[in-house]
Amino acid sequence: MTTDMRFRFASGPKKAFIVLMQVAMVSYILLILYPLFNMIMSSFKSTRDIMRFPFSLPDAFSFDNYLTVWVDKGFGLYFLNSFLYTAVSMAFVVLLGSMAAYGVSRYVFKASTLLYMLFLSGIMLPLKAAVIPLFQIVKGLGIMDNPLSVIMVFIAMGIPSTVFILSGFMKTIPLALEHAAKIDGCSDLRIYSQIVMPICMPAVALVSIYNAVPIWNEFFFPLVFLQNDKFKTLPVGLSSFIGQHSTKWDLLFTGLCIAIIPMLILYLFMSKYFIKGMTAGAVK
Amino acid sequence: MRSKHMKKAAWIAFFVTPGLLVVFVFILMPLFMSMFNSLFGWNQLIRLDFSGLDNFRKLFGSYPYQERFTNALGNNVKWFVMTMVLQNLAGLLFGYVLSKRIAGSQVYRRIFFIPVLFSIVAVGFLWGLYLRPNGMVNALLGAAGLEQYQSAWLGNASTATYAIILVNIWRWLGFPSLVFMTAIDNVPAECTEAAYLDGANEWQLFTKVVFPLIIPSVTIITVLTIIGSLNVFEQVYTMAGLDGAPNYATDTIGTLFYRTAFGSVDSGAPEIGVGSAISVVIYLMTFAISLLSIGITRSKEVEL
Repeated sequence: MTTDMRFRFASGPKKAFIVLMQVAMVSYILLILYPLFNMIMSSFKSTRDIMRFPFSLPDAFSFDNYLTVWVDKGFGLYFLNSFLYTAVSMAFVVLLGSMAAYGVSRYVFKASTLLYMLFLSGIMLPLKAAVIPLFQIVKGLGIMDNPLSVIMVFIAMGIPSTVFILSGFMKTIPLALEHAAKIDGCSDLRIYSQIVMPICMPAVALVSIYNAVPIWNEFFFPLVFLQNDKFKTLPVGLSSFIGQHSTKWDLLFTGLCIAIIPMLILYLFMSKYFIKGMTAGAVK
Repeated sequence: MRSKHMKKAAWIAFFVTPGLLVVFVFILMPLFMSMFNSLFGWNQLIRLDFSGLDNFRKLFGSYPYQERFTNALGNNVKWFVMTMVLQNLAGLLFGYVLSKRIAGSQVYRRIFFIPVLFSIVAVGFLWGLYLRPNGMVNALLGAAGLEQYQSAWLGNASTATYAIILVNIWRWLGFPSLVFMTAIDNVPAECTEAAYLDGANEWQLFTKVVFPLIIPSVTIITVLTIIGSLNVFEQVYTMAGLDGAPNYATDTIGTLFYRTAFGSVDSGAPEIGVGSAISVVIYLMTFAISLLSIGITRSKEVEL
């Protein structure tokens, strides 16, 4: 059909449009890839060389900078913290979110829409704006400067979208399946855990990526709630590290590499799932 | 029969209560507490008497809040307009040609999405380094013989906000591109084919058939852009600092709110009252503008 973007069969103005779009897209690709390449190369250079020859390749690939940043500057610990907080919050996001989705989508009762709306309201509300009362609540619960504070906030952040996506998916599973299991004497808990959840696994995978990426990257709440250096996450650790060493460009680039490259590698292997997961909330 | 009902209610409670409790304590309760807090006077962290709308009057009518707030809001508007025009329009174009399988589309879509996954903080600091006066961007301009265009991108009040917004667009562009691509992929072929057989040209096909059918995605992207533009914080924090340097040129409601709530610049002490008033304003604006844009795009939506 005419709307194909095949250059050879295109009319004159359309040829121009295709060329223009190709130029724009190739430029954007270069704008993405070159800064990342430059960042990685700079992490192997000395500050002096970065300043004098910003585009040159490093003389040698020594991992001394990485050792310094990972061990002496605490990035190993920050990395571990980020990993633990993300893993623990995600476990609860999936558990509590899928249970709630099951509750509002698989039972017919009057308040189900109201409950569903209550969960959904959490998607739109900008949680950062609520930092003052959250501060009061965290203080009241006695979990200030305790990883539990950010984990609880992360769980709350993740549940609304999980309920939204999973309940939509669960509604498509025929109820007959449940009735059959009930006649066989299955409890509701077993129906949820052994029948509905296994069917939902593709949606659970999507929801996990949808929430894990922002939680892994989250900066604001760990910044506000965790002061102790040993609790800091990667983004917060990176931020204080950059504040302290603003002239040691080689270390700065190394820190940025440690913050960015793991996600890049993960993406290389799972790009399809990442794209599907991250756009899950915006695509029907 | 009764016990069966009770049993069902008990199961519903079992499944829903834990999640609801967390959402209530950490999302809904803070919303109401913000409204409550904004109506009281505060001495640092101690709540004083009920003060009605005094905090809002202070925010909208007295120095330095009024000036700072107007200035910050103006920057948030810049964020919104530039993101809509540059990022979402380019995203729509990219999404269209990607969906129509332009040569290289498989590679493009994968690479476009890379920056979306990075933390805003890392992206902000990385480009902050590149945009320093002795950073890569100026070096590149120098190497290309364009010395006259070299600039202290983040130190110059006239370029700083735009530089930060462009970096944010650099990070996000892949998102609307792929959302629109998927939406256009999902437009049924019968619709475009029927219009094509009726003699519509490609521009008409896009404006009269494809675009109306992807309005739901346009709505979602618009609402996300509004929420994102009103809540800009990390980008400015990492590239310009909490004060919105230079001279508040890059200040946004997010950074102003942070300074007010945790007390670092305008008064020195935390201002819980005015801070809460700002968060109520953020809530109201998010809510009102989102409803408005949903309303506007809904009226343009067509059902198949």
